[in-house]
Amino acid sequence: MKLYEVFIRSRRGLDHKHTGSLLADSPEQALEYARDIYTRRSEGVSIWVVSSADIIASQETDCESFYDPHDDKPYRHAAHYQLPDEVNSM
Amino acid sequence: MSEEEILFQQRIDAELKVEPKDWMPEKYRQNLIRQISQHAHSEVIGMQPEGNWITRAPTLHRKSILLAKIQDEGGHGLYLYSAAETLGISREELVQALHSGAAKYASIFNYPALTWADMGAIGWLVDGAAIVNQISLQRTSYGPYARSMVRICKEESFHQRQGYHIMMVLMQGSQEQQAMAQDALDRFWWPSLMMFGPHDAESANSTQSMKWKIKRKSNDELRQKFIDQSVKQAEVIGLKIPDPALKWNKAREHYDFGKIDWDEFARVIKGDGPCNRQRLQHHIRTHNEGAWVRDAVAAYEAKHKKQPTRAA
Repeated sequence: MKLYEVFIRSRRGLDHKHTGSLLADSPEQALEYARDIYTRRSEGVSIWVVSSADIIASQETDCESFYDPHDDKPYRHAAHYQLPDEVNSM
Repeated sequence: MSEEEILFQQRIDAELKVEPKDWMPEKYRQNLIRQISQHAHSEVIGMQPEGNWITRAPTLHRKSILLAKIQDEGGHGLYLYSAAETLGISREELVQALHSGAAKYASIFNYPALTWADMGAIGWLVDGAAIVNQISLQRTSYGPYARSMVRICKEESFHQRQGYHIMMVLMQGSQEQQAMAQDALDRFWWPSLMMFGPHDAESANSTQSMKWKIKRKSNDELRQKFIDQSVKQAEVIGLKIPDPALKWNKAREHYDFGKIDWDEFARVIKGDGPCNRQRLQHHIRTHNEGAWVRDAVAAYEAKHKKQPTRAA
């Protein structure tokens, strides 16, 4: 059996969100298991299952090289720009 | 109407989003592809007038900000192309339609960015107008489009504020700098109002788009909202909006404004704006120059299909 990750869309219009994982023999079976395991109380309107092995993930140890440069770019944030009070809701 | 169409409309009327694998009328799909791809092309073509000022930004700080903003616009284009692709059209077809002129982009980007103050006017007014439109599109009926609007709006706020900040600092400067800011406002004000499209009565795509809730607010409503908010913003830093007819209307609780030059709008849309040819040629040229990257990606993919050696 293979490990699958399960993503559920709780309502139309929302993103699918990671909910958990499960073991199954095939993608079709994974979808049925996901329905049984994760949506017994109408948790969703749509399910995605993805073989865990197919997920390419960044590693915690990569954090520095991945995200560090962002910290010295405060100008990417709206609050960096001080504007007069009357128009500050912009 | 077929049974499917009736169910589809009921779902829309109930404020339920449409998702990629749902059944949808072919015209809904086409209408969305037209609107989302036009939006994506606008983000990408919009990088050009600002790109023009990267090497001439007055300080390193302003240059960093401008680079970050342009990088965001490229990112927004990608969100939107991906959303369009969920409707069963390919990136290649989308780019082809831009190059052939079949697909449009916002006419505002066919105006040149002549001075540094234009970077201020573009951020403040052009991004400002885009935000007014995009906030209403966060509620559009197609899920992937709505979700990309949420992401884009979150990022756009900095764009408008940095533009306004440029204008504010210029207005605190010398007479010459103040004149430069005023001149940029004078040139960008009316084209910004045209960004919302024709008046409701003359808007070809509006009625059906409103019924399908692709559009949530009419062109005129959005334009009025933008005018109302901009008047105060101009006043606060001492800029004058170039419209002698601009006047607060107590009864309407909105500003009245002068007549928009729709002949100019039609001319620019048709291809006769100051920079239409330049913008499109530049896009075609850089696209062609990037062909080797696409070829390399395809070759890499083909090679790994033949010998799947990568560990799972």
